[in-house]
Amino acid sequence: MRHVISVLVENEFGALSRIAGLFSGRGFNIGSLCVAETAAPNLSEMTIVTRGSDEIIEQIIKQLRKLVPVRKVTDLTGTDFIDREMVLVKVKANTATRAEVLRIADIFRGKVVDVSPTSYTVELTGDEKKVDAIIELFKPIGVLELVRTGKVAISRTTKTARR
Amino acid sequence: MKLTGAEIFVQSLLKEGVDTIFGFPGGSVIHIYDQLFNSSIRHYLTRHEQAAVHAAYGYARSSGKVGVALVTSGPGATNTVTGIATAYMDSIPIVVFSGQVPTALIGNDAFQEADIVGITRPCTKHNYLVQDVKELPRIIKEAFHLAASGRPGPILIDMPKDVLMASAPFNYPDKYKMRSYKPTMEGHPKQISKALNEILKAKRPVIYAGGGVILSGAAKELTKFAKKLNIPVTTTLMGLGGFPGTDPLFMGMLGMHGTYTANMAISDCDLLLAIGARFDDRVTGKISEFAKHAQIVHIDIDPTSISKNVRVDIPIVGDVKRVLNKLLDLMKMEKIPVKGYKEWNKTVQDWERAHALGYKPSKKKIKPQFVVEKLFELTKGKAIITTEVGQNQMWAAQFYRYKDPRAFLTSGGLGTMGYGFPAAIGAQVAFPDKTVIDIAGDGSIQMNIQELATVKQYRLPVKIAILNNGFLGMVRQWQELFFNKRYASTCLEVAPDFVKLAEAYGVVGLRADRPEDVEGVIKEALKTKHAVVMDFHVDREENVYPMVPAGASLKEMLLV
Repeated sequence: MRHVISVLVENEFGALSRIAGLFSGRGFNIGSLCVAETAAPNLSEMTIVTRGSDEIIEQIIKQLRKLVPVRKVTDLTGTDFIDREMVLVKVKANTATRAEVLRIADIFRGKVVDVSPTSYTVELTGDEKKVDAIIELFKPIGVLELVRTGKVAISRTTKTARR
Repeated sequence: MKLTGAEIFVQSLLKEGVDTIFGFPGGSVIHIYDQLFNSSIRHYLTRHEQAAVHAAYGYARSSGKVGVALVTSGPGATNTVTGIATAYMDSIPIVVFSGQVPTALIGNDAFQEADIVGITRPCTKHNYLVQDVKELPRIIKEAFHLAASGRPGPILIDMPKDVLMASAPFNYPDKYKMRSYKPTMEGHPKQISKALNEILKAKRPVIYAGGGVILSGAAKELTKFAKKLNIPVTTTLMGLGGFPGTDPLFMGMLGMHGTYTANMAISDCDLLLAIGARFDDRVTGKISEFAKHAQIVHIDIDPTSISKNVRVDIPIVGDVKRVLNKLLDLMKMEKIPVKGYKEWNKTVQDWERAHALGYKPSKKKIKPQFVVEKLFELTKGKAIITTEVGQNQMWAAQFYRYKDPRAFLTSGGLGTMGYGFPAAIGAQVAFPDKTVIDIAGDGSIQMNIQELATVKQYRLPVKIAILNNGFLGMVRQWQELFFNKRYASTCLEVAPDFVKLAEAYGVVGLRADRPEDVEGVIKEALKTKHAVVMDFHVDREENVYPMVPAGASLKEMLLV
């Protein structure tokens, strides 16, 4: 099963490679990994999307907790949380398809952030399903290039997160 | 007053109570060596950096103190990797200090540069690159705490040369401040009482004890607990000495080369109490068959060890010694049957009678097991034994009966050939008056044979007993049993004359070719106040039994 795990880590030399190395060294899967500083100085928050049986997920969480610079590990899966990712997608846009690209972007509340004679670049933020959906709709028109950030996630309230 | 990084290094070690280190100098640590020259810290110069780390390990595991090694950058540092990984797998507290090229050159492929922090990240408990001399005291303080606390392990500190030359005021911190590191020491009281209830309800309980018992200093508590309840005990390779090897409740080691009794008991028990052990594949055999009928209670300080390989019913995360003491306290309130589990103990004794550990004695050839038995007899079981890896290691585990903790040092997890001799050096340095014997094979001993110079230089009376069969014996055994006797690359066709080799290094060499020579050679060696190499020419194709073939269940043993 897929799990979204949030890791609060001390912002020190090599912390990211310790975590990435743990996953590769023990053969754990990484779907996506997002990391950036938090409001607190010297702390970073990581959102890791991973996959595995309950036993594997339990091991992943325990192994992460064992790393010295790791402060806190939360498995958000099964709790009430909000997750978002962003995509930048460059879509083929000629006279025949321009209107359609704009319409789709509009329906999804995406934004056109770059225009060229042959393409539009659309920015969209949303949960994974929404991002997947817009990409699926753009595919028949022609996706030239796309980048996704991977998931960031946050629990709704501390109370429900504990469930 | 300001001190240089090199001075801070020495002062910090003194603050940690370090009086002994093992190492090998080089350009990046030359300033430290200059400081060590006049310090009270004894530095043992090994002849290879790997040996320095194994020696630090031997020192730590035999004494319970933190072992320290010091090496230079680049190849000096990379040579420590095997030693560090060995300590990591066995949870032995050591701190390895490596020199590094000056900060400005890091990443430039400078002379003798290696990213040792990157290289050792997966085989250390934690590691550091010191980027500012002001950080050095704090890092050393943290390192010693991390190495020894919780589940112990190796720490590496990489020190660039300019950091060692720079100056800063020296204030050694009294306390470490680490918000993210707090091992769970006390077991959960509810889990502990639940475990005791289940143990008392069980009909066929077994204690399976590992290295954690020794690391937490809980051998006495374990012995008291097992004897009070009358529960048979088996230990892992790492746990030998954690329970007296001569006690009637002791079933011997379990696993691939475990005793018939221990493996049968594990397979038949209805409650397995795992204490400071980690269900290693060499212990469990086929995992789905391991302790199949048992409810499993697992006490361990490392949560990742619990339910990693085998599903555990009652986990207790905590320090083994503290948890055992809590169990003993709880037991005072319970009615404990005197000589309990009678029927079960009788079954266990029947197994023991049917297939006790043994070998076919010979009057013509020296049996390697016979040598180990003689070593046990003639040292009265009081020596510190180290081993290399392979058949020698298994015979040393089977036929020497360890009465005390910290008297058996072996590379249990990583299985490092070349470990035993330098580890013996470390143990001998920690205990100058004890008999320290490395039980070796002729293959393994050649992996760190250069340390004969070290024992000669420091007058360390380490004894080496080579069980010389002219083969890489354990691999040969597998080839005999599973590869139709195709002895690919396991026959050591060329070997040194170990007696002459010993003499070349200025130590004593003795040889035994016949069974009747064995006792004389051992007695002579034990009498000698210097290092001795004993070369026992043993039966070349002797095998280690019992043996559970890889992937088979513990019940499927090949017996003598």
